[in-house]
Amino acid sequence: MSNTLESLRSDLSQSPVSRERFANYKFYSTAVRDDVIEVPKDDIVAVLRFFKETGRFDILMDLCGAHYPERPKPFEVVYHLFSTRTFQRLRLKVQLSEGEAVDTATSVWRSANWFEREAWDMFGIKFAGHPNLIRLLTHHEFQGHPLRKDYDADRQQHCSSALPLHFDPSYSHLLPDAKGHNLVPLNIGPSHPSTHGTLRVMAELDGETIARANVELGFLHRCFEKMAETHPYNQVIPYTDRLNYCSAPMNNVGYCKTVERLLGVEIPQKAQAMRIILAELSRIIDHFVCIGANCVDLGALTAFFQLFTYREQVYNLFEKLCGARLTVSLTRIGGMAQDAPPGWFDDVLETCKRIRQGIDDVEGLITNNKIWIQRTQNVGAISAEDAIQWGYTGPLLRATGVGLDLRKAQPYYMYDQLDFDVPVGSTGDCYDRYLVRVAEMRQSLKIVEQVCKNVPEGDFTIRDKGIVLPEKKDVYGNIEGLMNHFMLVIKGLRPPVGDIYDATEAANGELGFYLVSDGSGRPHRLRVRPPCFAIYQSFPEQITGGLLSDVISILGSMNLIAGELDR
Amino acid sequence: MSNPLHPTNPAPTLATATSASDANLIEASKSFAFTTRLESIIAWGRKNSMWPMPYGTACCGIELMSVMGPKYDLARFGAEVVRFSPRQADMLVVAGTITEKMAPVLVHIYEQMLEPKYVISMGACASSGGFYRAYHVLQGIDKVVPVDVFVPGCPPTPEAVLDGVMTLQRMIATNTPRPWAENWVRPSWLKPVDQLVVK
Repeated sequence: MSNTLESLRSDLSQSPVSRERFANYKFYSTAVRDDVIEVPKDDIVAVLRFFKETGRFDILMDLCGAHYPERPKPFEVVYHLFSTRTFQRLRLKVQLSEGEAVDTATSVWRSANWFEREAWDMFGIKFAGHPNLIRLLTHHEFQGHPLRKDYDADRQQHCSSALPLHFDPSYSHLLPDAKGHNLVPLNIGPSHPSTHGTLRVMAELDGETIARANVELGFLHRCFEKMAETHPYNQVIPYTDRLNYCSAPMNNVGYCKTVERLLGVEIPQKAQAMRIILAELSRIIDHFVCIGANCVDLGALTAFFQLFTYREQVYNLFEKLCGARLTVSLTRIGGMAQDAPPGWFDDVLETCKRIRQGIDDVEGLITNNKIWIQRTQNVGAISAEDAIQWGYTGPLLRATGVGLDLRKAQPYYMYDQLDFDVPVGSTGDCYDRYLVRVAEMRQSLKIVEQVCKNVPEGDFTIRDKGIVLPEKKDVYGNIEGLMNHFMLVIKGLRPPVGDIYDATEAANGELGFYLVSDGSGRPHRLRVRPPCFAIYQSFPEQITGGLLSDVISILGSMNLIAGELDR
Repeated sequence: MSNPLHPTNPAPTLATATSASDANLIEASKSFAFTTRLESIIAWGRKNSMWPMPYGTACCGIELMSVMGPKYDLARFGAEVVRFSPRQADMLVVAGTITEKMAPVLVHIYEQMLEPKYVISMGACASSGGFYRAYHVLQGIDKVVPVDVFVPGCPPTPEAVLDGVMTLQRMIATNTPRPWAENWVRPSWLKPVDQLVVK
């Protein structure tokens, strides 16, 4: 048991909550040193509240279900807590039998709302006292719970119609006294230019002011988690590309890092360097899309064209590296798929120079632009406390003044040896979010340049025969290579039994993967903690009481990527 | 054949030009006029002024932005006036995965477009569900709307999308029969549109 867990245990034993049942709690650290507490279902809310009120953990990072059909209590609710102060993580687990309900955590963390709805949708886990326990991702006519092991991955169910406007009773406290008003219903999306094709915002207007609002998601629910359960570990990588497709390589990195940590392998320095370069270039082009699209939505087309010119140059780099532009799938578990071609790092340096110039140009266009300032300043402002309560991470949290960046807080790869700053804002409004993104792009350029000027020598992947496919010349050239290839393709790589939560700092914030391995060649459960899911949850509250035109600014500044939002 | 622009005036053609003055007139008109068929000139206009309705839902939508962007520039093919209102567009570009939840919305959008209308299915997901053989993904938009051009790729390169647009232009120019569009019926499992109206 780790020191952290030991102190949590002594704290919990001091707490006034359910001392008589305390003996039933299980405390343990997994093989990869994740701290876990298994809690009886009646105590979970009290434990969560205790941790929150004592300040041990302030973010409910993730909440998800899992299904183990062979167990007497087949369902599990998994809570992941995080502390923005100490950067500690904790996993809490509650086991449930079929039809059993656990108390809702929404009374402790409001952000639990959508996570619990998703767990209900996917597993049929009931949350007693939840204000609005309806389906979240699948359509309203869907029968059954698709992530249960007895639901076939390819059993589709047609949907006959879109839902009419509806509102979420959990936001009813926001509703002003509407008597005597004639509220105008308004539907925005999912096919609307500012909703980027897949988000649906429903509102009731009092003049130009939003009296109440709701959102519907799931229009791009592509069943990532079910697909991951039905594919071998390496074949999941292309699916991860399509989570946040604006910065696809970052998802590859996050997923592979999780599996590698569970396997207990350390990838070579050169692979780490290449992953950092890919990830930081992706961060830059992700911010390009976010800022560009935000500008287009507010009527500034020039910045979009300007930014896309430079985005194309990064695409060129990716194309040189692997042939693909957008969804590169270049990482493999254990390293990279192939080495960089000769001169690629020099090309990156050259491109960085041009991008730096491009960022300056775009800043000149919009940073002091009067219209841009009027449309974004003091719009969508959120306090640091609220942001943490909602589970914000990434640029949006940093725009509120909280300097949380996993590259600094829990450095992975070579980030602790690199010189870069974490830009923060102060008010958390759309303008600060924009400024933070621009500053982050400059820092990313700085990182890329440092790595490119000092690329470590060595191999681009580990050469473990149980993990990495042999080179083609060995497959065709000798019997050992052929056998190795055959065995790895037929059996797949098999991580040890266990579960792991691992996170990286993606362009939108903390991208977490919760992976459960049962020792077979496919994940038993692969949960993604998408950064913009938690952020979007606060959206109805943020726009209520504001102007309709501000909806567009706020939506654009949140950088909602439906691929990771709906998965 | 009568002159469609002046129905009461038969068009002078070589076959009807009997007198020498008529022949001179025809010869002289070649410097400022040309003869064609009505459907050809309409098709020529149509193919060079398509107004796309980008139905970008996923990764392909990002590549579609590149197609519209400065480097690939769909404007060169007369199709840069992007309309997000289906009533003002005639080329529906479905770029990205269409889920079961989205299918009723897509059909609704398609029905709101005015004739003549064309559909390009961009990418593997829109064309067949792609590698999402999954419980919530529609296995190809041709199950719900008639598709004129399928563009393969995951996502397709912008060049492939341009090729798809050019293919559609050729189809329009040659008045290719489109039985899939003419015989299209609304999928039986979808409720009629009037039931979707907000009460």
